[in-house]
Amino acid sequence: MKRIISLLMENEPGALSRVVGLFSQRGYNIETLTVAPTEDASLSRLTLTTAGDDHKIEQITKHLNRLIDVVKLVDLTEGAHIERELMLVKVRATGAQRAEVKRCVDIFRGQIVDVTSSVYTIQITGASDKLDSFFQAVGEASIIEVVRSGVSGIARGEKILSL
Amino acid sequence: MEKLSGGDILIRSLAEEGVEYLFGYPGGAALHIYDAVFRQKAVQHILVRHEQAATHAADGYARSTGKVGTVLVTSGPGATNAITGIATAYMDSIPMVVISGQVMSDKIGEDAFQETDMVGVSRPIVKHSFLVRDASKIAETVKKAFYIASTGRPGPVVIDIPKDITNPVDKFDFDYPDKVKLRSYTPIAKGHTGQIKKAAQLLLQAKRPMIYAGGGVVQGNASEQLIELVRLLNAPCTNTLMGLGAYPGSDEKCVGMLGMHGTVEANMAMHHADVIFAVGARFDDRVTNTPSKFCPSAKIIHVDIDPASISKTVAADVPIVGAVDAVLDELLEIIKAEDAKPDEQALAQWWKQINEWRERYSITQTPRYETGGMLKPQEVVSALYEVTNGDAYICSDVGQHQMFAAQYYHYDKPRRWINSGGLGTMGFGLPAAMGVQMAHRDANVVCVTGEGSIQMCIQELSTCAQYNLPVKIICINNQALGMVRQWQDMQYDSRYSESLYEDSLPDFVKLMEAYGHVGMKVTKREELKQKLEECFAMKDKTVFMDIYVDPNEHVYPMHIAPEGSMRDMWLNKTERT
Ligand SMILES: Cc1ncc(C[n+]2csc(CCOP(=O)(O)OP(=O)(O)O)c2C)c(N)n1
Ligand SMILES: [Mg+2]
Repeated sequence: MKRIISLLMENEPGALSRVVGLFSQRGYNIETLTVAPTEDASLSRLTLTTAGDDHKIEQITKHLNRLIDVVKLVDLTEGAHIERELMLVKVRATGAQRAEVKRCVDIFRGQIVDVTSSVYTIQITGASDKLDSFFQAVGEASIIEVVRSGVSGIARGEKILSL
Repeated sequence: MEKLSGGDILIRSLAEEGVEYLFGYPGGAALHIYDAVFRQKAVQHILVRHEQAATHAADGYARSTGKVGTVLVTSGPGATNAITGIATAYMDSIPMVVISGQVMSDKIGEDAFQETDMVGVSRPIVKHSFLVRDASKIAETVKKAFYIASTGRPGPVVIDIPKDITNPVDKFDFDYPDKVKLRSYTPIAKGHTGQIKKAAQLLLQAKRPMIYAGGGVVQGNASEQLIELVRLLNAPCTNTLMGLGAYPGSDEKCVGMLGMHGTVEANMAMHHADVIFAVGARFDDRVTNTPSKFCPSAKIIHVDIDPASISKTVAADVPIVGAVDAVLDELLEIIKAEDAKPDEQALAQWWKQINEWRERYSITQTPRYETGGMLKPQEVVSALYEVTNGDAYICSDVGQHQMFAAQYYHYDKPRRWINSGGLGTMGFGLPAAMGVQMAHRDANVVCVTGEGSIQMCIQELSTCAQYNLPVKIICINNQALGMVRQWQDMQYDSRYSESLYEDSLPDFVKLMEAYGHVGMKVTKREELKQKLEECFAMKDKTVFMDIYVDPNEHVYPMHIAPEGSMRDMWLNKTERT
């Protein structure tokens, strides 16, 4: 099962490599990873997605918590949460295809952010599976480049991850 | 406020932490620090002959005292040579601080001379690491490093210091902090009372209880509480390889070590137990044999300071995260306050069964070796036990001799058995013994080794000479990488691929003499005891006893793997349980 683990860690050199190193060292897999500073400059927020059964996820969270740099951690998938990923995608769009692609982008509430006579650059945000289904809708064959930000997430309602 | 250079701040900080000995080896990037070492007296530096030995010596010091072992090495090869010792300490959760010199800050990343990314290289084998970028942060960093290394589940911490940071020309305020604040690190002390109560209930209701004590009891200084618990419950106790001495080995409630080369009675008792109380132990694969067949009828209570150790390989029914001493204190109080008492009748039955196993299988009653023919390695350890009255510090290397030293020497006190259990590092024994001897100048400190292992750190004989360390080296010479050979006998039709030396062993007696030590050679059973006595009578000498033993001996009992359970063991080359 896919899990979204989100954590606050010291904004210090080496902190990220410890988190990433832990995954390779213990044979866990990272599917997506995002890191950025927070409103508190001394902290970074890292969100990663990984897959595994409950036992494996429990081990992952315990080992992450054991890292001295990790201040606080939450498995967002344990509760109601909002998941977002941003994708930029270049699609070949010529002739009749142009209108077709445009329609598709609208359905997915994306935006065309750059245009040439043969290529649209499209921005789409949403949960990862929504981004996945955009590929099918627009047709894999016309896609020429994809860049995804990796998943960011936050809990719904009053629940927060902070010190 | 006092103004000091980075180098002086570093050494003063170590003194503030109560560091007596700094095990190390100098080199370019550490020279400012070495100059600071020279100009003071509080911290004594011990010059080893290889950085691996510095880490093992600091490790032995730490294991035998409970204090933090401290190491100083230079950048590049100095740092990488220290890696094996850091990994050894990491696997056995030993408190250690390793300070490594680093190239100048502005050269980092340029492949400068003797540059190695020490923080990167050591990352998977440290509890934490620091790269100091500012001399004004040295004191605080040292404080944090010692705090992290020695609290919670202990472990090694690396402090990497670029050379410019310790420059004697630049001076900074020195004020050693008395406290550290780490918002992301709060070691757990007390266990959860509700869980401890559940554990008490289970233990009091148990019909076949078993106490399984590991290195955490030694590290956590909880032997007294463990002894009291065993007495209160009238339950059998087994120690892990790391836990030998946590519960007195010669006490009748001790069923010996468990696991791959544990006693049959300990493994049988584990297999048949209905409640297992695991304390400071981690269900290592060398203990459990096939995890899915592990102790089928037992409810498992697991006390450990590290949540990640709990339910890692074997699921716990009652997990308790906390410091073992605090948890045991609370458990003892709860049990004493209970009206319920242990089930005397069931326990009598249980002990009867255990004593039957003992009669049938115990290695002390029926030796697992032939007593005729060539001198046997087991006999050497038994004789050592007698001659030292069971009261020596035994520092072991890795191999068959290690298992014999674990089986045939009985450890009645914690911190007397010093071995690399987790990583299994050949070369550990001699330098570890040096560290132990530094801490216990008048004690009998023994390195039990093999002719293979000793050659991995034999250069330390020179260190023993420089610091007058009267370590007694008992080399159980089976003329082979015995443990490898045993597996080749058992699994590869005795094809001895690269486990023999083809008559290339040195004359250890002459070698010892070259270092100014005493060497003795023993080949006969009749002379063993007397030679051992002579050896230990030489109080101030480093003595090496080269004891020739039967090369065909195997370590038994031995778990049958793969697919076996705890109780499935080879008793000798042909018989099994
Ligand atoms: C550094 C290192 N290299 C290799 C091994 C694998 N190994 C385990 S035991 C052993 C043989 C040890 O030989 P010796 O020290 O003579 O002890 P014996 O088993 O003969 O008693 C070897 C090679 C190891 N544990 N450590
Ligand atoms: Mg040997």
